[in-house]
Amino acid sequence: MSESFRRGLRAGVPFSFVGFLLAMSFGVLAVQAGFSALQAIVMSAVVHAGSAQFAATAILGAGGGVVPSVLAGSLMNARFLAMGIAVAPSLGGGPGRRALQGQTVVDPSWALANNGDGSFDRHLMMGATVPQYAGWVSGTVAGAFLGDVAGDPGRFGLDVVFPVFFLALLAAELRDPRSRGVALAGALIALALVPFTPPGVPVLVAGTAALVGLAR
Amino acid sequence: MTAWLMIGALAVTTALIKAFGPVLVGGRVLPPTAMKVIALLPPVLLAALVVTSTLSEGQRLHVDASAAGVAVAAVMIWRRLPLLVVVLTAIAVTAALRALT
Repeated sequence: MSESFRRGLRAGVPFSFVGFLLAMSFGVLAVQAGFSALQAIVMSAVVHAGSAQFAATAILGAGGGVVPSVLAGSLMNARFLAMGIAVAPSLGGGPGRRALQGQTVVDPSWALANNGDGSFDRHLMMGATVPQYAGWVSGTVAGAFLGDVAGDPGRFGLDVVFPVFFLALLAAELRDPRSRGVALAGALIALALVPFTPPGVPVLVAGTAALVGLAR
Repeated sequence: MTAWLMIGALAVTTALIKAFGPVLVGGRVLPPTAMKVIALLPPVLLAALVVTSTLSEGQRLHVDASAAGVAVAAVMIWRRLPLLVVVLTAIAVTAALRALT
């Protein structure tokens, strides 16, 4: 086990606790939307992408059908296209190994592994995903069995966990002053697009703000 | 049954999306300008995620109690308090505001 993999494991722990809370609200909402506890837990185990799971279960639960719900979930995941391209040069091995390493891209691990110069520490990224995966699946188990008695997770303020989670990751990036203007631009692009595009698309398109890097 | 179908399909699309970049770009060394663009992607994507998850619901922009929770969290993160403390405080602020209004 490499030193940076171990550092990743440690760095992932705080995010795994937060992920546990998020997954718990996912489990509650999924069961309330008509999913069985087993379905909620398996979904967390095989998808492991919070915003996509929330979007897809909400749509299917509201009678939206399989295709719209898979599409909405996939769009929420569209940011992983950009993250995967970014991390690609830092991965190792042939296409199969790279594809597998790419599966460990989740927002916190990807951001934590960022060296700031366009390269990523892949061992740190993979290490950080391990505790988060455990937190994600176990949180879903807890939420799925609480589901029927818990009521609306929003009433308990659990919907605030998502933005705070991303904000903590963003704060680390903003310590570099060169990141601040471009982050603001990304935020404004995303907000401007919200009313006009399906959820998930604004974040992907906001990624184009990074093109100012061409002029640096 | 439809739920299992959705779960299976979403698992496949998620895996494909995550594999796309690593397989397509492979181990090629990208030109320095591309690396400069990539270096800016984390702040940009994370900022977009913060504002959309705080201020939108579906295709609607809205401000509610969770925005206050996020604002309190922002101050606490700036003061470098531990993440779990920050998250639990934000949850408490949001829940308290909802209970009061």
